[in-house]
Amino acid sequence: MSIAFEIQMVAIVTAVACALPGTFLVLRRMAMLSDAISHTVLLGIVLAYFVVRNLASPLLIVSAALMGVLTVALVEALSRTRLVKQDAAIGIVFPALFSIAVILVSRWAGDVHLDTDAVLLGELAFAPFRRFYWNGVDLGPRALWVMGAVLLLILAFIISFYKELKLSTFDPALAAALGFSPALLHYGFMGLVSVTAVGAFDAVGSVLVVALMIAPPATAYLLTDSLPRMLTYSALIAVASAVAGFWLAWTVDANIAGAMASMSGVAFLLAFLLAPGRGMVAVARRRSVQRVEFAQLMLVVHLLQHEDDEDAVRESSPAHLQEHLRWTPDFAERIVDRAERVRWITRGAERLELTSAGRERARFSLGE
Amino acid sequence: MPDIFTDYTLRVVALGAMALGAVSGALGAFAVLRRQALLGDAISHAALPGIVLAFMLTGTKATLPLLVGAALAGWLGTLFVLTIVRQTRVPEDSALGIVLSVFFGTGLLLLTHVQHMEDASQAGLTTFLFGQAATLLERDVIAITVAGGIAILLLLAGWKEFKLLSFDPIFAASLGYHVRLLDIALVSLLVIAIAIGLQTVGVVLMSALVVAPGAAARQWTNSLGAMVLLSAVFGALSGLVGAIVSAVTPGIPTGPSIVLVATGVVVVSIALAPGRGLVWQAARHARNRRQLRTETVLTDLYALGIQHAGQLHGHDARSIEALGPTRGAVGTALQQLAARGLAEQLPAGGWTLTDGGRAAAKSVLRHRRHTDPDGLDPVTGGD
Repeated sequence: MSIAFEIQMVAIVTAVACALPGTFLVLRRMAMLSDAISHTVLLGIVLAYFVVRNLASPLLIVSAALMGVLTVALVEALSRTRLVKQDAAIGIVFPALFSIAVILVSRWAGDVHLDTDAVLLGELAFAPFRRFYWNGVDLGPRALWVMGAVLLLILAFIISFYKELKLSTFDPALAAALGFSPALLHYGFMGLVSVTAVGAFDAVGSVLVVALMIAPPATAYLLTDSLPRMLTYSALIAVASAVAGFWLAWTVDANIAGAMASMSGVAFLLAFLLAPGRGMVAVARRRSVQRVEFAQLMLVVHLLQHEDDEDAVRESSPAHLQEHLRWTPDFAERIVDRAERVRWITRGAERLELTSAGRERARFSLGE
Repeated sequence: MPDIFTDYTLRVVALGAMALGAVSGALGAFAVLRRQALLGDAISHAALPGIVLAFMLTGTKATLPLLVGAALAGWLGTLFVLTIVRQTRVPEDSALGIVLSVFFGTGLLLLTHVQHMEDASQAGLTTFLFGQAATLLERDVIAITVAGGIAILLLLAGWKEFKLLSFDPIFAASLGYHVRLLDIALVSLLVIAIAIGLQTVGVVLMSALVVAPGAAARQWTNSLGAMVLLSAVFGALSGLVGAIVSAVTPGIPTGPSIVLVATGVVVVSIALAPGRGLVWQAARHARNRRQLRTETVLTDLYALGIQHAGQLHGHDARSIEALGPTRGAVGTALQQLAARGLAEQLPAGGWTLTDGGRAAAKSVLRHRRHTDPDGLDPVTGGD
């Protein structure tokens, strides 16, 4: 396997592993907890390191995942006092835990390869150099195995608890009433998010964890209303962002994680602008169609109202529309043209005349 | 050990940290009130590409251009968040997360791109990640103070409007204020506060300096003016103490040091703030429980007296205990009633109410709604 291929494999597996739980985070409005967790797992790693003094120990991952759950518990305990709102609680808890980690590292672990920069930024380019050996046989990058295992765990969790996750995400009250334990599921799920964050954070850095957990699911959220589709789209968008990001970084010689985060942003921007039905373009087009349709109706209703007036001629002249309906001459011309084309009106010598279809339409919209 | 009054570097650093703590504290108070605490996190991360672009365009690491770049990028990120929330169904926290991570990732992309071009002058840009107050120069402190001072002056100039916006935006709109513009104006001031803190505290931890002082100040007062002032004081204090601790202790970076001091202020405030703090809550809770228990024993004794009218030997503490849902502590309650002259222990050991106690029990029962002072309840009956 070439290095480029291996890096992309790690990136793809990581992206999918982040995007799947991220979908539920976005839907449950807990997106910023991923930011908090992806920072505080560092403290878990550092504390476990001080105990076992071995950076490769699996205990580090366990401790980091526990720290992620502890972060969630602390945030919840703090907001349960009702003295601090939940967003402020997140904003207090995670910088504090992260600060402790940074101080521990810079004061007592300066000699170890526990570089806070690397933790934050990640360097995917180094992933192929850390290999996984079994009985002396090289089985590929270690990160690929770690993230592959995490991905399987996530798939197992989501498939096993799909019904419970779905129900507690969309109707937590009903889920509780039916006897599902929201707390158990919640902490189980947050534990899973923590494990994902730890695994991913070793490979790609904490910021990309946030990007991959939130941006692809939010993009998918703009594209579909169905949960299975949202999960699928999130995974696909995450993979696309990962691959595009890799090639961008390769081309401009820069950090791969950063490039992948940028690409996931580009994907979101595209959906934001172009999503069918919900994107800015679709909304703007719908609004302009509605404006024209409404104006056409205004026109026939106006003509109907003044059809039998004494000054019907004056009221029904195209020029008068500008004064009465406050239309610009261009807009008035366009509306008259369109109304004529659908045969609601005809242009007489000095005034606009309603056709019978137009009269019917006007009466209908007046509720007559 | 360096002395703050004689050591030039320490004095500059401490002053800078104090100034930025005060500014971010004052503006953060509004963010906390408006549930925008995490917007600070998004803004500070979003500032990174602005810093790098400013460096790429100007080629200098002078504070002012980088500060302007940071502020512009942070401001753009904020507008994105506001637009996403307004125009789509993506929830606010997801919008914050997207802007935060995507902007930061882009900043990282640019930063590593610049670094790999092997331009030596870029060294030091990474201090923005964690902040390094030791790099602060006197002119930086002046820049921080001037920019922060302008932000504070603007805050004071729009005080009435911002207050209205924070507490009742719908009312503000009905009065004819342009709420969206006000919103952007207030957030822009927050952007300035964050931009000036990045060099000292760093991108990752700057958000804490926005949230913590405000959340702490909120515990001590219900007045906006007092809260903003207190928040500024807490921020300044955290900056000062954090910077000094970091300067005199080897291996403690400034940002985390300041953040931990600010967190300490929050913890103390949440625990001890008069009336609101957890310690006060617990004390009030205990007092209420004690009072309720005493009242219950009083009325139970009264009920027993009615049920066993004519019996003069009084009632055993254990039979009172059997009546109430609370186990134990009946003895304490009886002693308390006796001390207040409401109950007395007969020589045989049983307890009974005094005349005053019966009157007090009647008045308690009368105060409890739906309770007829003589009828008690259907089960125990009465005469």
